Amino acid sequence: MQKETAISIRGLSKSFGKVKANENIDLDLYKGEILALLGENGSGKTTLMNMLAGIYYPDKGSISVNGRTVNIRSPKDAFELGIGMVHQHFKLVDVLTAAENIILGEEGKLNIKEANEKIKAICDKYGFEVDPSKKIYSMSVSEKQTVEIVKVLYRGADILILDEPTAVLTPQETEKLFQVMRNMKEDGKAIIIITHKLNEVKAISDRVVVLRQGTYIGDIITEMSDEREMTDMMVGRKVVLNIERPLPVSPTPRIIVDKLNIKDVNGIYKIKDVSFEVNSGEILGIAGISGCGQKELLEAIAGLRKVESGSIRYIDEKGDAEELIGLDPRKINDMGVALSFVPEDRLGMGLVGNMDITDNMMLRSFRQGGSPFTDRKGPQELASNVVEELEVVTPGIDTPVRKLSGGNVQKVLVGREIARAPKVLMTAYAVRGLDINSAYTIYDLINNQKKKGVAVMFVGEDLDVLLQISDRILVLCDGMVSGILDGRTAAKNEVGMLMTRLGGKADE
Amino acid sequence: MFDFVSFIPRAVGQGIPLLFGSTGEILTEKSGNLNLGIPGVMYAGGICGVIGSFYYEQSGDINGALAILIPLLCSLLGSLLMGILYCFLTVTLRANQNVTGLAMTTFGIGVGNFFGGSLIKLSGADVPSIALSRTSLYFSKSLPFADKLGVFGKLFLSYGFLAYAAVVIALVVAFVIKKTRIGLHLRAVGESPATADAAGINVTKYKYFATCIGCMIAGLGGLYYVMDYACGVWSNDAFGDRGWLAIALVIFTIWKSDVSIPASILFGGLYIIYLYIPTGMDHMEIKELYKMLPYIVTLLVLIISSMRNKRENQPPASLGLPYFREER
Amino acid sequence: MNSKNEPLFNIVRRDDMNRRKAWCIRGLAIVIALLLCAVITMVVTGDNPISVYASMINGAFGSARKSWVTFQNLAILLIISLALTPAFRMRFWNCGGEGQVLIGGLAAAACMINLNDKLPNWLLIIVMTLASISVGALWAFIPAICKAKWNTNETLSTLMMNYIATQLVAYYVVCWESPKGSGKIGIINQNSNIGWFPELGNKYLLSIVIAIVITVFLYLYIYYSKHGYEICVVGESENTARYVGINVEKVIVRTMILSGALCGVAGLLLVAGINHTITTTIAGGQGFTAIMVSWLAKFNPLTMIFTSFLIIFLERGAGEIATVFGLNQSFSDIITGIILFFIIGCEFFINYRILFRKSKKTAVPTVGKEDE
Repeated sequence: MQKETAISIRGLSKSFGKVKANENIDLDLYKGEILALLGENGSGKTTLMNMLAGIYYPDKGSISVNGRTVNIRSPKDAFELGIGMVHQHFKLVDVLTAAENIILGEEGKLNIKEANEKIKAICDKYGFEVDPSKKIYSMSVSEKQTVEIVKVLYRGADILILDEPTAVLTPQETEKLFQVMRNMKEDGKAIIIITHKLNEVKAISDRVVVLRQGTYIGDIITEMSDEREMTDMMVGRKVVLNIERPLPVSPTPRIIVDKLNIKDVNGIYKIKDVSFEVNSGEILGIAGISGCGQKELLEAIAGLRKVESGSIRYIDEKGDAEELIGLDPRKINDMGVALSFVPEDRLGMGLVGNMDITDNMMLRSFRQGGSPFTDRKGPQELASNVVEELEVVTPGIDTPVRKLSGGNVQKVLVGREIARAPKVLMTAYAVRGLDINSAYTIYDLINNQKKKGVAVMFVGEDLDVLLQISDRILVLCDGMVSGILDGRTAAKNEVGMLMTRLGGKADE
Repeated sequence: MFDFVSFIPRAVGQGIPLLFGSTGEILTEKSGNLNLGIPGVMYAGGICGVIGSFYYEQSGDINGALAILIPLLCSLLGSLLMGILYCFLTVTLRANQNVTGLAMTTFGIGVGNFFGGSLIKLSGADVPSIALSRTSLYFSKSLPFADKLGVFGKLFLSYGFLAYAAVVIALVVAFVIKKTRIGLHLRAVGESPATADAAGINVTKYKYFATCIGCMIAGLGGLYYVMDYACGVWSNDAFGDRGWLAIALVIFTIWKSDVSIPASILFGGLYIIYLYIPTGMDHMEIKELYKMLPYIVTLLVLIISSMRNKRENQPPASLGLPYFREER
Repeated sequence: MNSKNEPLFNIVRRDDMNRRKAWCIRGLAIVIALLLCAVITMVVTGDNPISVYASMINGAFGSARKSWVTFQNLAILLIISLALTPAFRMRFWNCGGEGQVLIGGLAAAACMINLNDKLPNWLLIIVMTLASISVGALWAFIPAICKAKWNTNETLSTLMMNYIATQLVAYYVVCWESPKGSGKIGIINQNSNIGWFPELGNKYLLSIVIAIVITVFLYLYIYYSKHGYEICVVGESENTARYVGINVEKVIVRTMILSGALCGVAGLLLVAGINHTITTTIAGGQGFTAIMVSWLAKFNPLTMIFTSFLIIFLERGAGEIATVFGLNQSFSDIITGIILFFIIGCEFFINYRILFRKSKKTAVPTVGKEDE
């Protein structure tokens, strides 16, 4: 096959302040191929792609498109070169319709009718379903993504960049997307897909390029490689997940959730009829595709979210039960239910970026004492302890948290929650974006809590981790309990099936 | 009996400066710039027109076309400069919009009153005002036949050309925002500049143009007030708080300049309705409460629309926020 | 061949500029602005710059009385700026200082006029104080509760509240006008002095003392109290605040009540301590100026002393220039405006760094000479 270069990157670098997001990267993309860009969180994949899309301008290096050296100074330049990017966080204007979003940025006279016809033609060709006159704010996540992809196609892009497109899709939707990608490849278009999911890399890509910590590691032909080799390139050394899993010591129920229902602001059920219990001294893993109710469930237990119906009871050591629904989050927290929730942007909830470590430690404890003034001594000690014990890399405890790297931010958060000696510890995505060592530090911390008899709820994305750390695994599918498995005997594909289909059974 | 025939033209006369102001501010806010400097811009637009007209009148003979053109261009230039200043600070230098806007209001009103005061001194008038009767005649000239068509003529044809221009501009702005590609891009910039940027729209350019054109439109409100409504008489602080009323109108009309046409006349009417209430002489203070009505109504509209929380009726999502592409 | 040239420079957010350097840049901006103002004044007046500056200083400190007035004005502006500060730290844009001051003053005037023969003087003063504080707080409470409950845009709602207050004052001015038909109230209780604040040494000192007390109070409140900490958390991240069990709505309402109450105090001082009358312009736009003062000081109560001094000095100095050179009083607004534009603009050089590119071929970024 004659390989014709679509994009050729040489020596590209980009820094944000002191952080080198990309350093001296070379990369080639050929026409008619699907290239998977693989790397851990924070390895610089999105930054690199953003430079192709004109969002960032490189500090150094050159980009050639179709053999011509170009300067991509703005997204507009990128469009003109036929480069279209579908961002992970959708770039759509909520109050506009699908059609208006799709034609946004085009020149010439506005003709919605004509645009609608063209959109329909694209949809028919690839089997998308888009209502052009529907407003974005009333769309579901997958509908929004469809609009994003149609937008790029509408503009006739030859080079497509998809940033983690499958993270929000169901398996069926993913398969549909892959089919479209294969069709485009047939047309001779070049596609880059960013992902962490190795099975998808295997399924869709022709070639894989791996980035690690902002540098180019190498490329491999997908067919000639396997998941192990890719993982090795991605993380730099062989990872044998060897997470400790002690047997629970005399587990007794600590939290009992019964027939819980939660609706979101649009009145859609996010949690439907969910019942389960969490025992002391055990880790309950919670698995599910992202956005299928994990966040809502944890927030409801922590008292941060309004509940439609059902009950959440907390059983203390003496066996007395208390209903948590309707209690103030502060009260729940004082009872020993700690939530260490790490959301996508990490600092959004739980920490205050502009405050220093001491003041962040104070978030939980500042109300103590009758004085109207805050006491910074205790938090200072706590901050020093956390920094020392969890090996937080920071110039000092008076450094604003936003200046720390992701892993260190997480250590501060988890460290603070654990310092309160909780009875119930809830963590979500505790190791997202962490390097391997930091991740193990967190696993150890959680296991130590378990050994102390704490009931742990562990929401994770990585099935391997969930299968190796949890005593039991609760699988959520679309806000409902799809199944509860024993962590020691459950098979990975079994969990995968439960995540994608309620009850895990194939359609008859 | 309430005298509508004399009330309506006066309400319109009061409403037109507000219409100019609110149309300009709607255009500005659609781009995500909350320009609280509009009151200052309207003063600047007014005084620049007055300066132009003053020197033209001093120069001797008056020619109809120039009598309109010179103050008009001076006014547009003055408010354009204010707009450029605002954009340079908030868009290019990313300064806080509230603070910049308020400083512009201080500055604009200062400029208006300072030069107004200086001209008054130059003209050597006995009263603290300056009368530009000769040029203002051309501004306040009503349509022909206005007085021959009785009530109809009085209600619809008795205004100077700027009043009709205000209505046309408001309709054009509404059309551009709603129906054209430029308007679509502008709305996108005001709602989500990052999205607009990713779509290849030049956010800076749109913000600059929308804000500067908005300022020029608003400045015409000041010009209309002096040259037409006040018959060419400038006295310091006479324009009052109409600039803020224009900002209130923006909220009242939920960012729709076509709605602003009747709404501004309504506000204008509320502003002068006290002249028409039966006067028992005992309770003249009531008139001040009538003047309060526009603000109360606007506040209620603001609160109710936020209670109903309908996405279309909310302020542009990025209103008041600077945009920096590489923000992480 | 390059189809397009590279951008000449790009702009990068600066992470941390040390405080001293930041203040140097601000100082430089003020100096440049002052030079520009001197040039403008020279053009307008034809006088040399030294005498322009001299008359500015003379205007602010030319005599004991002038100095006292300067400090008194400083005190009032400082109180209003301080009042707005807790709200700003919460990222609540309280643009309603003007209205809150006015309505506080109105409450004081109402008590002075209607209760002057019903209560003993000391009790009247207490009633006035309570009335001003609570009415000021009420004026701030309305936008606050709307923000807390329905997320109503507070910039716009507080602005509307200003004009409702103005018209309310206008209404009562007509109601209480004396003598009838004059369109103003005149000095209230001119003969009996009932409801007038007692003088503290001289008639200027009381406001200054109260301003000092409020400065110290707010400094402690913001940086060392639990409330201050909560305000900061709410301002930085509402989600985090909810997560640790801070009742965000309560904090918004409570902080705004404090903000409005302190504005009420300023109104009280203006009416009962200084002017002994009320007009619609008694706040004189200071509710708006205070927004800038507070922002310039980066919401730090101690820094605010200097920023409000700067503004008052300019106002008084430019006023003096206007008198001496026979200019219009609005000249000071222009001077203040120009200086504000410079200070506002210079923040850019503190928060961002401009990287210039040396040449198209190597495209090596070099740190350009910033700040100039």
